[in-house]
Amino acid sequence: MAVTYRSAAGDVPAVRGVSLEVAEGEALGLAGESGSGKSTLAMALLRLLPKSARVTGEILLDGEDVLRMNWGRLRAVRWASASVVFQGAQHALNPVRRVGEQIAEPLLVHGMATQAEARTRVAGLLEQVGLPAWRARSYPHELSGGQRQRVMIAMALACSPRLIIADEPTTALDVMIQAQVLTLVRSLIADRGIGLIMISHDLSVLAATCDRLAVMYAGRVVEAGPAREVFTGARHPYGRALAEAFPTVGDPSSRMAPRGLGGDPPDPMRLPGGCSFHPRCPAALPSCAWRQVELWPADGVAGDPAGHAAGSTQARHTAACVHVLPEPERSEPERTGPGTPEPGMPEAGMPEAGMPEAEEAGPEAAGGQEVPNAPSAANASGAPDAADIPDDPGAPDARPAKESA
Amino acid sequence: MTLLEARDLHVQFASRGRRARAVDGVNLTVGEGEIVALVGESGCGKTTLARTLLGLERPASGTVLYGGAPLAYSTRALKAYRREVQLVPQDPTGSLNPRHTVYEAVAEGPRIHGLRDERERVASALSRAGLRPPERFFPVYPHELSGGQRQRVVIAGALALDPRVLVADEPVASLDASVRGEILSLLLRLRAELGLSALVVTHDLGLAWNIADRVAVMYLGRIVESGPVEQVLSAPSHPYTQALLSVLPDSPAPIVLGGEPPDPTRIPGGCRFHPRCHVLASGKAAEAGVDGLCRSQPLEILPSSTELRAACHYARARQPQL
Repeated sequence: MAVTYRSAAGDVPAVRGVSLEVAEGEALGLAGESGSGKSTLAMALLRLLPKSARVTGEILLDGEDVLRMNWGRLRAVRWASASVVFQGAQHALNPVRRVGEQIAEPLLVHGMATQAEARTRVAGLLEQVGLPAWRARSYPHELSGGQRQRVMIAMALACSPRLIIADEPTTALDVMIQAQVLTLVRSLIADRGIGLIMISHDLSVLAATCDRLAVMYAGRVVEAGPAREVFTGARHPYGRALAEAFPTVGDPSSRMAPRGLGGDPPDPMRLPGGCSFHPRCPAALPSCAWRQVELWPADGVAGDPAGHAAGSTQARHTAACVHVLPEPERSEPERTGPGTPEPGMPEAGMPEAGMPEAEEAGPEAAGGQEVPNAPSAANASGAPDAADIPDDPGAPDARPAKESA
Repeated sequence: MTLLEARDLHVQFASRGRRARAVDGVNLTVGEGEIVALVGESGCGKTTLARTLLGLERPASGTVLYGGAPLAYSTRALKAYRREVQLVPQDPTGSLNPRHTVYEAVAEGPRIHGLRDERERVASALSRAGLRPPERFFPVYPHELSGGQRQRVVIAGALALDPRVLVADEPVASLDASVRGEILSLLLRLRAELGLSALVVTHDLGLAWNIADRVAVMYLGRIVESGPVEQVLSAPSHPYTQALLSVLPDSPAPIVLGGEPPDPTRIPGGCRFHPRCHVLASGKAAEAGVDGLCRSQPLEILPSSTELRAACHYARARQPQL
């Protein structure tokens, strides 16, 4: 999937070709700093982005492409099949309506309950998130931050969705309240078999809550894999920097030694060539300035490129870094490929960003893609988003974003 | 040597017809070149304590001392005091005027204090805050900067007055994970290069572990445990500190306290933590024979001390020196 914002100054590629999967009862953590595209990606899943955003690729919810749904179908799917817990419950709740009415609203709109049934259901939902039923009569300002966040979760659960997308659900909360909310989220996932996509810049929180992690940088996934493995043994220098940003209290190596990452996230309109992380990378090689590496197995199992791994492409630990490539790939960066442009390069359609590198991406095209050569131009150009008429033959070959259960 | 001190400090507010004892008896010192972390949940009074130390709130009783002398609250005295003790506010985006350039933002303090060599001062403050070359940042507006750079501008604004103490309220809470380490390293470097002291108010124990020499844990208006960071955070004595540490994401056995932090208008009798205390609830306090004390006997205000201290009947039954 790719998302490009159109602005007066030109196209802004916010998500540049990402493929992810979430299964039933599975929690996927999406990490990255501001501007990495993680929130854009999450909001795109239910087409919640402004009109200036052009979404390409496929978003499959139980096999059905969200981008091809008509408005009626999309409205039916929102809340009922997939719901969102927005960041900042303070602003996402209506201040002049009782929280019970707000939780009941999706039930009533979807015709899933009568007024009386909705009242019973709201009481049950509040209880599930650890609030007394009489809280239904409270206004948002009468609740604390943690309680409001629970109301948001109750709302998201109201229509028994198959998937919940939670955007920084605990960022504004205290440690103790954060622990309460995370414990609640974990138990709901386990009990109901809901799929969860949780977004945060705090890798330690994601690692404690999610089964798998994907780390995004400048609109791409640069590292993915089983949560513990990515958190404790990150192979991409950016993944490592995020993992080390929050120290383990008691670990002597981080005592009086805060670790961070120099530099600033790149401007999406002026992405550096090659690996977009190379200007900030402590381990960059000269070739990183022009060479872009695709996700590659980083779990030490030799030979098998990630895209061709058996079963799910997501199960393995992969990283998009030259340092995880097998020795011959690493040492022969000049080797030119068979000439086909790399299928996963969304920049191909955007002359300002990264054209020179497209030529050089040959070595990876030989087998390093995260996704088989399946993405069809038909999907990319046929997406019926209202704001989206990409008939340009040079349109990016976006890769499918799967959300099949 | 002690630079900044709170002595038996009480701060109260009127809240819906009742008195909220936001700071309910605190002794705390910040020594020269020392970094002290003040940690606790929202509503525990840590921000009120910091504001009182800055002279922004008047205590109901007790004293703030700077360099051994009680703080005077005349306008002139406060103005002089604020050159020495500077606030680094929580949210750099909110605290910078969007229509002021970086130069104007940093020059504001020196102008108010009528300091000469404004340009040199601004340049040196920016470069000490890690914005180099400083001249390049002079004409820049806040929206053109990243979050980390904005926080550096805010810190430069504080440094422009050559203070001796920084009081930083959640200095990295609104920043990205990747930038966090950079700003914390900056605070450590300022201490090493300029001998700056700092009181860092935070709910983030990892921050205390990263940069603080001492930590004070605050609960419902009181400091319930304080001491050297290694001791308090590696082997916490107070059940509240234990719970705070246990809910860090990596912890093996989280002790999730129920409910919200209690209300400073209704501080429980006995030990103020006893209604939420897991040691009392699990019966361990009863085994040690202190459960009656926990419910009925308030603990005294901890003295300011660089040694490990904890205000807990159970901990003292096992380690009387606390």
